[in-house]
Amino acid sequence: MNAPFRTAAGGRHDRGRPVSFSFDGKTYQGFAGDTLASALLANGVCLMGRSFKYHRPRGVIAAGSDEPNALVSVQRDAARYAPNLRATQVELYEGLSSESQNRWPSLAFDVGSVNNLASPFIPAGFYYKTFMWPRKAWDRFYEPNIRAAAGLGRSPTEADPDRYLNRYAHCEVLVVGGGPAGLAAALAAAQGGGRVILADEQTELGGSLLSATDATIDGKPSDDWLAETLASLAALPNVTLLKRATAFGYFAHNMIGVTERLTDHLAAPNAATPRERLWNIRAKQVVLAAGSIERPLVFPDNDRPGILLADAARTYLNRYGVKPGKRVVVATGHDGAYRAALDLHRAGVEIAAIADLRPNPTGPLVEAARAAGLPIRPACAITGTSGGLRVITARLSPIKGAGQVGPAQIVPCDAVLMSGGFTPSVHLFSQSRGKLRWDQDLLTYLPDQSAEQERSAGACRGRFGLAEALADGFAAGAAASGAEVSRTFAVEALEGDPRGVIGALPHDRGVNAKAFVDWQNDVTTKDLKLAVREGFQSIEHIKRYTTTGMATDQGKTSNLNALGVVADVLHKPIPEVGLTTFRMPYTPVTFGALAGLARGDLFDPVRATPIHDWAAEQGAVFEDVSLWKRARYFPRGSEDMEAAVRRECVSVRAGCGIFDASTLGKIEVVGPDAAEFMNRMYVNAWTKLGVGKCRYGVLCREDGFVTDDGVVGRIAKDRFHVTTTTGGAPRVLGMMEDYLQTEWPDLNVWLTSTTEQWAVIALQGPNARRILEGLVEGIDLSPEALPHMSLAEGRIRGVPTRLFRVSFSGELGFEINVAADHGRAVWEAVWAAGQPHGLTPYGTETMHVLRAEKGFIIVGQETDGTATPDDVGLTWAVGKAKPDFVGKRSLARPAMSEPDRKQLVGLYTDDGAVVLEEGAQIVATAGQTPPMRLIGHVTSSYYSAVLGRSIALAMVSGGRARLGESLYSPSPVGDIPVKVVPTVFYDPEGARVNG
Amino acid sequence: MDKTLAPNAARGALDGFTAAPALGLAAACPMTRFVLRGRAEALAAAEAELGFLLPRQACRAASLDGRHALWLGPDEWLILAPLADGPALGEALEAAMGAHPHSLVEISQRQTAIVISGPRATGLLNVGCPLDLDLAAFPVGMCTRTVFAKAEIGLWRRAPDSFHIEVWRSFSPYVWRFLEAAGAEYA
Amino acid sequence: MLLITCPYCGPRPELEFSHGGEAHIARPEKPSELSIEDWTQYLYLRANPKGLHAERWRHLHGCARFFNALRDTTTDQFVATYKAGEPRPTGGAA
Ligand SMILES: [Zn+2]
Repeated sequence: MNAPFRTAAGGRHDRGRPVSFSFDGKTYQGFAGDTLASALLANGVCLMGRSFKYHRPRGVIAAGSDEPNALVSVQRDAARYAPNLRATQVELYEGLSSESQNRWPSLAFDVGSVNNLASPFIPAGFYYKTFMWPRKAWDRFYEPNIRAAAGLGRSPTEADPDRYLNRYAHCEVLVVGGGPAGLAAALAAAQGGGRVILADEQTELGGSLLSATDATIDGKPSDDWLAETLASLAALPNVTLLKRATAFGYFAHNMIGVTERLTDHLAAPNAATPRERLWNIRAKQVVLAAGSIERPLVFPDNDRPGILLADAARTYLNRYGVKPGKRVVVATGHDGAYRAALDLHRAGVEIAAIADLRPNPTGPLVEAARAAGLPIRPACAITGTSGGLRVITARLSPIKGAGQVGPAQIVPCDAVLMSGGFTPSVHLFSQSRGKLRWDQDLLTYLPDQSAEQERSAGACRGRFGLAEALADGFAAGAAASGAEVSRTFAVEALEGDPRGVIGALPHDRGVNAKAFVDWQNDVTTKDLKLAVREGFQSIEHIKRYTTTGMATDQGKTSNLNALGVVADVLHKPIPEVGLTTFRMPYTPVTFGALAGLARGDLFDPVRATPIHDWAAEQGAVFEDVSLWKRARYFPRGSEDMEAAVRRECVSVRAGCGIFDASTLGKIEVVGPDAAEFMNRMYVNAWTKLGVGKCRYGVLCREDGFVTDDGVVGRIAKDRFHVTTTTGGAPRVLGMMEDYLQTEWPDLNVWLTSTTEQWAVIALQGPNARRILEGLVEGIDLSPEALPHMSLAEGRIRGVPTRLFRVSFSGELGFEINVAADHGRAVWEAVWAAGQPHGLTPYGTETMHVLRAEKGFIIVGQETDGTATPDDVGLTWAVGKAKPDFVGKRSLARPAMSEPDRKQLVGLYTDDGAVVLEEGAQIVATAGQTPPMRLIGHVTSSYYSAVLGRSIALAMVSGGRARLGESLYSPSPVGDIPVKVVPTVFYDPEGARVNG
Repeated sequence: MDKTLAPNAARGALDGFTAAPALGLAAACPMTRFVLRGRAEALAAAEAELGFLLPRQACRAASLDGRHALWLGPDEWLILAPLADGPALGEALEAAMGAHPHSLVEISQRQTAIVISGPRATGLLNVGCPLDLDLAAFPVGMCTRTVFAKAEIGLWRRAPDSFHIEVWRSFSPYVWRFLEAAGAEYA
Repeated sequence: MLLITCPYCGPRPELEFSHGGEAHIARPEKPSELSIEDWTQYLYLRANPKGLHAERWRHLHGCARFFNALRDTTTDQFVATYKAGEPRPTGGAA
């Protein structure tokens, strides 16, 4: 096969398994074990993307998750289209189909690159400055067009068919990072006997060892040591090794989020295997061995394809058998680049020059390069490059001191390697709220004080050398696990000086030269300087103004250089400039992984009553009420909701209706102090409520506003059956528990939720008693024995029942409570018995109309958290003689009895055919224009079939004093005239409740 | 017309859910349940009637002859008993506790139970449950209310690889399906 | 996700808990006798400190008990948790 940049031998990829793949429609060959980036480089493809703002051609600069440029999309099928993947992390599989992003119509010829020519006009803050006015144009014009031109990839258009799993896990020691320090930490921690989890983002564990060539550990080549170490760790029952697993977030109290990618690397994944698993790992101790990230050099034209980080080039060579070029210029301020130059030289790549910023580079790596005859140029800066879609020359200038450079020399090349040194990856440490300190010697921030049970080890805390990373990792693992173990690692490797350079390089190219600091966000030194000139001093402001270090990059390659540039302009030392916050996620996390199984049917629990299936079989239409499914109406034939509800309403009032009220919250209040507790909680007086009697209870918050209501039955002297609204059940129980546990723990009373113990069948209508008569045992249904607002215990068709005589419709009504498992059978028995009596099933919509016809409120519909009992006409329920109840003191505030408070009233539209909108406003006079003086709002509005006209309930300022007044409801078709009427529209005498 | 419903007319919340042996997932049989609260004298009387001590150690269960008392809170126990014990057990406990301050509420059908057993049990539970289910952290005999995904459950370890899950009736299909979905790759 | 030590059940994940606002604000014995100022103080005014904060939690999906905790609002670290009715532990800056 013809891959011009592939070496003849070497690398960890599988040369026996060729793989074909496509990029932007063209097919290439690579090997199993390649990344998309390594395979493209092997094929001489340098151009992998266009930059975000200027659409400049960009190649890959890194070899791992720090890659800012080569963002690609991978498509398996129409539904499986993953944008914004780093080509450096995309593992090759047979048939992989990928494409570049942020270019149109093609990567090589991109219309948007006119932005590059126009770049003098797109400075930092351009978006903020230019697109501010007119305000309306932002939503309609600017934002859509900016997004179309600038967007990073696009979304798939079909639902994601893949499976994602979440799981919780616990361990004594979590090690983040599988490089030398992390492996050593795991070896030590495992000896503590506790559970150890090691997570690493790469395909293979080993970190920097995966691209090492000449190091030995304990006398073995590092490759062999790695293989033996991994085998011994894998054999330990208390160790879990996770690869392709990125620790993306450090959450409070040692909870670490890790995404494990399980199938993205497979050509034909098993559909049952999750694509990703999100681990929520709670660790007693965490060892961060996150390594370091190589720093680019900031020089003019430093973003041309073919320019890459020196250690990344070494990784491509040693791990993937790919040469970054054939004739390479190395630009550096750090010894590490010499290691890359030496390896490339050995692989037959011509090193055209090593331009070292330092005047006197020394040390074993430099000496080795000298010995190999590599052309080292001390005190030399790279000051430019040329080339279209790939670099063809480098411009090298001698440094004259004080930021000055001498005459430049042009050096032909097809790749430039750069290194400013290594930046410790303190992202997770910083997320954990650990404090960083500036190290003036290493010119970097290092972890200082931990905020969690955590310790950093190895390169992420500045211990860069292999020997010290191993020792540091082992010590950290031992300390984390409490294992009293020690071990030394005999390492032979060439080590360099850990110090590097930060900030912009000197050059003679003028103010318009583009020296990029943040490749991903297209931020140059010029942008940073402009931001400072315009008055931004805080690094947090500069970050937002210029966008440096934002988005998925999160400052991996850019952070320190940006600080260096800003510090330089501000004439401040870096520690005084400060540091921006490292945000999670470390690298992007898919929505699928975050959602896990919580999608579709499993997004939320769907609560169904014991009678739900019967309603479904009858064709009921359901509505969501909190998590419950409730039957909303039972359409017959082609009926719509309006028609069904009118029929259901009339049937209830003419014959009888049956309604599933099982979702009502129920609380059993039991104990000798039950009545006293009820007295303190509810506004009503309970002491005199007899056993076997019911009362409508109103519950206020301490601020005096109604929060719940419901019928309460007294089962025994020391036992109340309390009902709550459907949605309010958990809240009411929590409120009661709060008072009971924390204010009145001396009361001998206890609360038990019985919501789901009981199925509740409401039977409402003049025929209700007749239907029940043949079904009950041990209950006298006569009005004398069981009057309105009373209850009896007995049996219905042999099933024990609590039978309440209550009505939420104004009709003769019963509510049959039976244990849930019997709910459906009893319902069906009642249903059968009701057939001769015109029994009709009805849903929540009809229930709402029936109660509105009677002026009964629904808490949360008529009330909005600012209504007192008096506001909604419930003064009669308040036990005025009681010394105290929750909310009583607040109700005594003068503001609570102001005459202009909004009060519940009925409204009739002048035209009975017009049904007001719920939520519509009320005004006193017609013809107002905004801003109008609003005096109220409609809370409930229906067409009442029995009345043959519309009805509405409303909260109107001083409403009860306005009975008979004409008011107006402004609407899009004009002011609708209404008249204020009493709240009870139907059967105002209340005769029907007695059958 | 027969005044009494057929004995098989009762329908549990998990009727129609088929056990999934590959996942070790099964519905428990119906049983009698009470929540017991009360002051010391009442608890002593209940213990005398039950014939065993209510566990006073947090998050532990005690059992005798098919009856179990699960610690739910410092003065709250879930009593589980065979279905046949039914109302008689409640009446006996009420009689024993008499006027001593207490609350005994039957909740037999408020909740239902799922049993998950086998080598995958802890792994499947940890898809939705945030607790450490290692035997050292959650030993046999431990019981507690906790959460499973978006539902509250009672979790009781009855053997190293077997858990009894108490879950409110209307949440039980959700918990069952979630466990099934969590183990889809093994089914 | 916080790890909160319930005084009854031990360390448990935050998911099992609900937050209950500032601790040690007892409901007055006789609210009706309180001036409007005193009632306002009780009902609405809270300390909201930066640093150690005594606050109520409920082990809602556990033992269901309310209890109190001392938490540093700047670091989320808990200094102590204790049962309702017990005094605020001494030590640590107020
Ligand atoms: Zn607890």
